[in-house]
Amino acid sequence: MRWWPVFKKEMRLYFGSPVAYVVGTFFLVISGWFFSQILLFYNMSSMQAAMQPQMAQSLNPTEGILRPLFSNMAVVLLFFMPMVTMRLFAEEKRAGTLELLLTYPVRDGEILLGKFLAAGALYVLLLGLTLLYPGMVSYFARVEWGAVMTGYLGLLLLGGTFLAVGILLSSMTENQIVAGFATFGILLGLWVVGWGADFAGGTLRTVLQYVSITDHMDSFSKGVLDTKDVVYYVTAMAFALFLALRSLEAKRWKG
Amino acid sequence: MIEVDRLTKHYGPVTAVQDVSFTVEKGTIVGFLGPNGAGKSTTMKILSCFMAASGGTARIAGFDVFSQSMEVRRRIGYLPENAPLYPDLPVAAYLDFVAEIKGVPRRARRGKVAEVMERCFITDMQRRLIGKLSKGYRQRVGLAQALLGDPEVLIMDEPTIGLDPKQIAEIRALIRSLAGQHTVILSTHILPEVSMVCDGVIIIHRGRIVAQGTQSELVEQVFPTSRVAIEVGAPAEAVEVALLGVPGVLRVAVQETRDGAASFVVEASRGHDVRGDLARLVTSRAWPLLELHQVGMSLEEVFIRVVAGEEAAESAESVETPTATAEVA
Ligand SMILES: Nc1ncnc2c1ncn2[C@@H]1O[C@H](COP(=O)(O)OP(=O)(O)O)[C@@H](O)[C@H]1O
Ligand SMILES: [Mg+2]
Repeated sequence: MRWWPVFKKEMRLYFGSPVAYVVGTFFLVISGWFFSQILLFYNMSSMQAAMQPQMAQSLNPTEGILRPLFSNMAVVLLFFMPMVTMRLFAEEKRAGTLELLLTYPVRDGEILLGKFLAAGALYVLLLGLTLLYPGMVSYFARVEWGAVMTGYLGLLLLGGTFLAVGILLSSMTENQIVAGFATFGILLGLWVVGWGADFAGGTLRTVLQYVSITDHMDSFSKGVLDTKDVVYYVTAMAFALFLALRSLEAKRWKG
Repeated sequence: MIEVDRLTKHYGPVTAVQDVSFTVEKGTIVGFLGPNGAGKSTTMKILSCFMAASGGTARIAGFDVFSQSMEVRRRIGYLPENAPLYPDLPVAAYLDFVAEIKGVPRRARRGKVAEVMERCFITDMQRRLIGKLSKGYRQRVGLAQALLGDPEVLIMDEPTIGLDPKQIAEIRALIRSLAGQHTVILSTHILPEVSMVCDGVIIIHRGRIVAQGTQSELVEQVFPTSRVAIEVGAPAEAVEVALLGVPGVLRVAVQETRDGAASFVVEASRGHDVRGDLARLVTSRAWPLLELHQVGMSLEEVFIRVVAGEEAAESAESVETPTATAEVA
């Protein structure tokens, strides 16, 4: 497989430019801030619970800390993932390097895979650093690591889908800023359709709920692994990457 | 080595190349000459397997660029117009990436990268970021990446565009040094470049091939006669009649007459060097022979002739004349 050199090149470009550091710092700082707020709120609730024993029943660290943490991180990702992918194809199209890349003896799919995996690796690295937060919780409370891992699997799938959509948009324009904003717009759209579900009824409600990219994250953050949600993310990811491949192919016809 | 047959490419309603056919022999350097917008880049992009043609076929080393693209890609080195590279990578790291993606085995990679850097004189620049290099050095890095993987065929799109005269001379010498080991097709809109670097010429104009062959073949093809300029210190009419009497002379045109002297252009059939006979004739009449020389038919005249008609003027402008780049020679 020739995706490896492309992967290495992209990693080098991520860490040779400010992108990885800026995205990484802001991502960690913002999710860290959410984490501390959630923790403070949880602290307050548990102090109240100490005074009202009947409330303590409903209080557990998974529900009270991890679940809100995961859904907040999903929102943070919505802002940061487009920055990770916007450059990948758009910049190569603008600079003309894609023309050269597409004449090397590698399949288009391998180029795509190399870029997707590089973005994925950067994301996994950032996500790995956030394991610090559940780690801190484990010092003063019992953490259900199974639930944590399920949540992280959800974040992985969600983020991977964001990246695939971002790569698709990046392959469709020569302007990385346009690619970034379009990705953000589409992801935001896929997120807010879920809100529409609350007001719709019948089939429409089901459809809207299914399409909503963040609704599928919910069961993961509760520590529940649902095949339906895994299938949703994997399908969405594969579909976006397939379209990106077609967009590269179209480039070969248009020149 | 390269066989192109009735290649056609449409960009939507625009036809960029139409029924382009030519062949390039193994080990030769062929110049693909044409004014801007003639369809040079389009042809190069198809040959390099970047872009699909709308019609016709192209084969490199016997493999079809479309249906056997991987086989072709393993055998070519491509340098697109303006050498697009990654500005944020250092030279050596970039070349290592190219070597790896071209499938140069891990162990041979370092050596091969060092070798192409040596050949393109960029060894001293290997740690520099590509974005910090001058245009001339970037062009050499582009050439170095094309050479990686020991391709049989090199495809270069305007390799000297945007360079200063010194850099142009260096790049040309570099390309010239590749002759024999590689088959090279390079596009250019600069006439003298073809004379200096290439063995053969293909002239493309408005998407169509208008002439092809070696330079002397083209000259013969387009100008079937050879020409001699002569100036004699005698009345024009008498000299003209005398000159027409020389065997092999087809036509005599008076250029200029002044104070008892006249200059002519004598056209003779090719293969006849009439200069000796003309000199003898003039001296036998006791006329002073003021000037006598062969008028060389340059590629430029060929170019202007084939790209004739109303476009001649506009084409001559877009093609740099030899004087404009004379300091390069
Ligand atoms: N991607 C494209 N889309 C539309 N038209 C194009 C495209 N590329 C080139 N052309 C047109 O095709 C013609 C040939 O272009 P090109 O092959 O770049 O010429 P050259 O390299 O000889 O200057 C020109 O008229 C140009 O405007
Ligand atoms: Mg061009």
